[in-house]
Amino acid sequence: MSVRGPDQVERLVAMLARLPGLGRRSARRAALKLLQDPGGLMLPLAQALRETAEAVRPCRVCGNLDTQDPCRICTDPAREHDVLCVVEGVSDLWALERAHVHRGLYHVLGGVLSALSGVGPDDLRVADLLARVAEGEAREVILALPATVDGATTAHYLTDRLRPTGVIVTRLAQGVPMGGALDVMDDGTLAAALKARRPA
Amino acid sequence: MEWQAPAIVLEARPHGEGGAVVGVLTEAQGRHLGLAKGGASRAQAGLWQPGNLVEVRWVARLSEQLGAFSGEMVHPTAALALDDPLALALLNSACALAADALPEREAQPRVFSGLLALMANLGRGAPALLADYIRWEALLLEALGYGLDLSACAVTGTAGHLTHVSPRSGRAVSAEAAAPYAGRLLPLPLFLQGGQAEADPAEWLAGLRLTGHFLTRDAFGSRHRPVPAAREWLETRIQALLPPQPEAPADA
Repeated sequence: MSVRGPDQVERLVAMLARLPGLGRRSARRAALKLLQDPGGLMLPLAQALRETAEAVRPCRVCGNLDTQDPCRICTDPAREHDVLCVVEGVSDLWALERAHVHRGLYHVLGGVLSALSGVGPDDLRVADLLARVAEGEAREVILALPATVDGATTAHYLTDRLRPTGVIVTRLAQGVPMGGALDVMDDGTLAAALKARRPA
Repeated sequence: MEWQAPAIVLEARPHGEGGAVVGVLTEAQGRHLGLAKGGASRAQAGLWQPGNLVEVRWVARLSEQLGAFSGEMVHPTAALALDDPLALALLNSACALAADALPEREAQPRVFSGLLALMANLGRGAPALLADYIRWEALLLEALGYGLDLSACAVTGTAGHLTHVSPRSGRAVSAEAAAPYAGRLLPLPLFLQGGQAEADPAEWLAGLRLTGHFLTRDAFGSRHRPVPAAREWLETRIQALLPPQPEAPADA
């Protein structure tokens, strides 16, 4: 006797298992939960997924995902339109928005330069960034890129490309995180923090 | 099967949700790949950055398996180079070349010790190391079987006044013998002959073009692969150090 469920259930489990954070076992649990409440959970979820998939698209200005194009951040008159924060991906944009620490606009690069993965400047939204700056809408560009070799390589590349425009280019600081005890910090963070020390 | 050794991280590619397939270079094992469980996670991503010197442990049931890596930081090269564009370009280029060019699991002790010295001293700044880096590229070529012969002139046999290298044979040519063909030969920088002019971007560029020719044609060309883009980025960064050339006057 086969222990496998009907094909459609298997398909649902396989689709759910492709989501981040879900293995096959977790996907099976999620599928079972959905199947046990089709009217209250499964169909509303399916409808929400369909509507979101149809409504959400990348913002043509910054690359954010929103139901509006340009997105609500780009069209918000209360934000500082002369400060651009460059991030690797939409998840980084969301992280900064969650923290309520940046009141300017964003530019999503769509990745970072990587020699080993063959990601070059043409694979990223670098030309769009340069065009936005050339239009004169930015006074400062904040490079909020990961503190990795690829992230730093991208930041140096963008700094070089932005220098002729005369815009102020800044980068995020590196060092001891809030609440971080030195004895549990990794060596790389400690080294970067010590190197970037400042007058007290 | 298991071993433990000091290693240089060459690459880390995300695998699954939190893991990474990591490539390292060790003295006895050569370039070796392994799966670092959680290697792309917040806790470990800093450890597996290219250029870092780590104490690595590899475990597998059979020798031919990919196996699993665990590691401990010895020297955080990447973190120390992040703010220095030239040092970072050198780090990227060296690691990408080693990751792409070296065969897997073949010991290359001289290539390892050369790269180790570069990564351990990168905090001193790239200008102090660029000549060493180009010598290391020449060493890499030699390890791959495409070594340059800079001992004597290919034409006259003399050991003095070597100024160029034949792009065909990789052998040095003296100034006298090179004179009629200078435009078709590759300039040989002084520091590759043990000379002193080490802190000259023009000399570094000449050195990079020399080794670059043989890397492109032999080390990578023989496998129909391009030289990693990181090496071109390094060349571009050194090019920017040169004083701007005066524009030629327009013809009347």
